[in-house]
Amino acid sequence: MSAALLIDILLWGSVFGVGLIAFRRGPPVFKASLREGSMDFINIVPRIALGVIGSGYIAAIIPQEVITGWLGPDSGWLGVATAVVAGAATPGGPVIGFSIGTVALKSGGGVPQVVAYVVAWALFAFQRVILWEIPFMPARFVWFRCAVSVPFPFVAAAIAMLIGRP
Amino acid sequence: MSEPSPNSPAPAEDAESEPRPGRVRTPIGWSTIIIAVLVAVSAGLVWRRDGADGVLDILTHDLSLFGGILPRVLAGCLLGAFISEILPHEKVSRSLGPKSGLMGLLIGTAFGAILPGGPFTAYPVASALLAVGADFGATIAMVVSWTLIGYGRAVAWEIPIMGTDFTLWRIVISLPLPVLAGALGRFVYVRLYPKRDSDEDAA
Repeated sequence: MSAALLIDILLWGSVFGVGLIAFRRGPPVFKASLREGSMDFINIVPRIALGVIGSGYIAAIIPQEVITGWLGPDSGWLGVATAVVAGAATPGGPVIGFSIGTVALKSGGGVPQVVAYVVAWALFAFQRVILWEIPFMPARFVWFRCAVSVPFPFVAAAIAMLIGRP
Repeated sequence: MSEPSPNSPAPAEDAESEPRPGRVRTPIGWSTIIIAVLVAVSAGLVWRRDGADGVLDILTHDLSLFGGILPRVLAGCLLGAFISEILPHEKVSRSLGPKSGLMGLLIGTAFGAILPGGPFTAYPVASALLAVGADFGATIAMVVSWTLIGYGRAVAWEIPIMGTDFTLWRIVISLPLPVLAGALGRFVYVRLYPKRDSDEDAA
């Protein structure tokens, strides 16, 4: 709770800071960007609403046990590949993603596999991509970024295998 | 020989009057339709399994979540708009553009790591950077850095749930990834879109 508050303070502090810089460039600059930002907000709200309000339903029909099952204790690169797919397919927000990672660690999943899972989830969990990234960014960029990101959970798992446990 | 390329300085003059490029403005695209279908099918399945109560439970929970997120989305949009207004385009395309090299990827990585907030900040700001002259490579480094080594999600969610040891260890492993992803992105981009790249140089 306090972490969320701290992040909110940092966030609005940054808005205030860059807003002040814009204001010192002159009120027209300030007003133009204020209008620009508000228009972006108004345009984005319906899509965010659809995603946030709808994501609960998507999470409800892909039960966590299915994902945890994919992260079983089978180690090696096949396990890493499965973890990457599981990370991309995980619905819901960070609580679900990290909880699944914790469950997998506790139920005997290999550390490199769990690292691959967490990194894959962070890079291209499908729900965050369609809910947040596509509404805000050019779709061409988003697909390109996701495609380019595919090797990196494997790289992370390889580094984890090299340097060992935490 | 003595003259520099004649086509570079001129178009920058009227950049002021033109609408900003790169901002998505269409309210309904195909991705929105896909999400809507996905949500409708999922809600239908929940309704068949749990009845109307199950559908309502999820709806009220997600509505309150949505209410909590809205102010942050506004903050993110304002942050993106202010940043795209105050950053000098010429400087951004020099330090984060296609020719910025390793330094551009490092700047993108550092920017992503210190950016406050969640997806409601990272994506509007990344979109603003793209619009003012950053290339795909530097923007990829920024987004990947935000998601993998940014402190926002780590402090709020990962440390409480997965523990400090695992989180710090995972962040250390992730340190080289944003620069590598940005470099790979740049490498692939110039080969996929060689013409577009030279267009951007000329503009």
